[in-house]
Amino acid sequence: MLIKKFDPLKKKMLQIIDVYGNIVDESLVPKIDDETLLKMYKTMLLGRIADTKAVQFQRQGRMLTFVVNKGQEASQVGTAAALEKKDWLVPAFREFSALLYRGAPLEQLYLYWYGNELGSKYAEDVKILPINVPIGSQFNHANGIGMASNILNKNEVVLTYIGDGGTSHGEFHEGLNFAAVFNTPVVFIIQNNHYAISVPRNKQTKSETLAQKAIAYGMPGIQVDGNDILAVYAATKEAVDRARNGEGPTLIELVTYRLGPHTTSDDPTIYRENKEVEEWEKKEPLIRFKKYLVDIGLWSEEQEGKEIEEITNYVNETFKKVENSGLVPLEDIFKYQYAEMPPHLVEQYEEYKQYLEEVNE
Amino acid sequence: MATISLIQAVNQALEQQMEKDPTVVVFGEDVGFEGGVFRATAGLQKKFGEMRCFDTPIAEAGIIGAALGMAINGLKPVAEIQFSGFMLPGYNQIVAHIARMRNRSRGRYTAPLVIRMPYGGGIRALEHHSESQETLFAHIPGLKVVIPSTPYDAKGLLTAAIQDPDPVIFMEPKRIYRAFKQEVPDEEYIVPIGKAKIVNNGTDITVVAWGAMVREVQKAMKTLEGEGISVELIDLRTISPIDQETIVESVKKTGRFLVVHEAVRAFGPGAELIAMINKHAFLSLEAPPTRLTGFDIIVPLDKGEHHYIIDPKRIAYEVKKLIQY
Repeated sequence: MLIKKFDPLKKKMLQIIDVYGNIVDESLVPKIDDETLLKMYKTMLLGRIADTKAVQFQRQGRMLTFVVNKGQEASQVGTAAALEKKDWLVPAFREFSALLYRGAPLEQLYLYWYGNELGSKYAEDVKILPINVPIGSQFNHANGIGMASNILNKNEVVLTYIGDGGTSHGEFHEGLNFAAVFNTPVVFIIQNNHYAISVPRNKQTKSETLAQKAIAYGMPGIQVDGNDILAVYAATKEAVDRARNGEGPTLIELVTYRLGPHTTSDDPTIYRENKEVEEWEKKEPLIRFKKYLVDIGLWSEEQEGKEIEEITNYVNETFKKVENSGLVPLEDIFKYQYAEMPPHLVEQYEEYKQYLEEVNE
Repeated sequence: MATISLIQAVNQALEQQMEKDPTVVVFGEDVGFEGGVFRATAGLQKKFGEMRCFDTPIAEAGIIGAALGMAINGLKPVAEIQFSGFMLPGYNQIVAHIARMRNRSRGRYTAPLVIRMPYGGGIRALEHHSESQETLFAHIPGLKVVIPSTPYDAKGLLTAAIQDPDPVIFMEPKRIYRAFKQEVPDEEYIVPIGKAKIVNNGTDITVVAWGAMVREVQKAMKTLEGEGISVELIDLRTISPIDQETIVESVKKTGRFLVVHEAVRAFGPGAELIAMINKHAFLSLEAPPTRLTGFDIIVPLDKGEHHYIIDPKRIAYEVKKLIQY
């Protein structure tokens, strides 16, 4: 049991591949089939490239404000990969690669950040809630989904996310307390990327680790190297199994780093040193995982080059489609407010249409 | 006199009041070291230290609830909520405590505090970043709700808000934070809360607006002037309490009334103003007092937002309809 072995109160952090890509402890390496390992790595690459491209498009004035994910791909993919098809993912707003892994199409993710609500309308079999902007509130939604799973005997597990800043929020507390009280099958992930916009992690809480907060709620907590995808997967898988077996919720702190700005509107040079960023560049998650895959004979430089080229083309084509997707039809901004449009809204809609006709728009 | 933007005027008012009154403290998310995501509090921590301008953890109920405690115990807190859409976790503190403290303690405790927040749409923003929620505050007894539309008013109204004996919700139209500059006196001055401003004297119709909508009405007026329509434009400036006198007098003169607001329509300030006009200027009316507002929908994301945000063309269209009524 990793969760027992790595006690956050004893300052133990789970790591399986070190920053150089070497295995720290062979006995801890999780069993993942080759196909899944490759899917994980390719999704990380897609996440990285699509994220970097989105920032470029934004700088060119072609994309709106975009939440930047660079550096957090292992935390996102490693957690998402531990779920089964029937499970739920309840995101905050910095889970780009997790959403990709769970079947949210890139086109939709781009569409969302491009300012179109259809970006939140996933296919019926994609069990992801829309991106959640108000801090912390998703924890309680995750519990509700988990409670429904318990009450209706669905045996589904829920994976939800928050940032280090989010742990200050009342809903973080309420969510964890509910989870423990109702023994919900929820895995709570904290992506500790060290900054809540400009406010550093050490100003957010006096707790030495974020994982240790679990103890007070009566649930296990574990701190994990969030840039080590094998460790992220192993801890999450264990927590998912616990949840599936009716053993209740787990809190996992993933220690990672936001290599980019908070969003494209943010200028991180105001509040952090370049030197610090450079240090974390060395610990970033893709290099490490790639070396592991090359070492076990699953990946090569040649494959890497080909994959990057394919992804880059795919990303460019996808964004072109999004750019050409046009405006939201007028009807759509009215018709989804209620199951049936109430009379006052019908009136507003009709009057506006008449106005548009009269002014020939 | 310096020529400054609305956001700079906010910064100047904060700095001046902090300088003048050592009990004024400024805080919120990213407010201290960084100086605010919009730079409203830039330089304040450096100048006044971390005890008077500081970052808080992300917790709006914490920020707003603590502001009340500070106000009770001798400080003049000016709390910032990063975007008005994120105010809601703190709404319980505002409604259940801040607004009620004077009344329930029969004046023993009061809440002389300011809660600042950028609000409004038209900036191609993410979800929860475009709402106009003034109705949520104006509906609550015990609160004052202020919205400036110019740098001059922003400084004078914020100064008044900080010096006010009661809680003031200070909503800043972020769309025009940097849209234009204006000459603003360097020294302290007050723009009184509860007093609307006649921006333009006119004879045919009274148009009331606030925040970013004031400029849109001004743009519409250029078209309307060309067609011989004379608009009396009133910037409401304080949403609650409403300056009844200025508006009623104006409507008695012009006989027509249009309110333009970005907030959704239902149960909003437009309805409040029209009820007031019906009571006090009914016999002067030559057309039904009318509201041009946001639709009763969630503010659409960028690719649908243009339908929601009221533009000068629609304002001119509504005005002409009332003139021709």
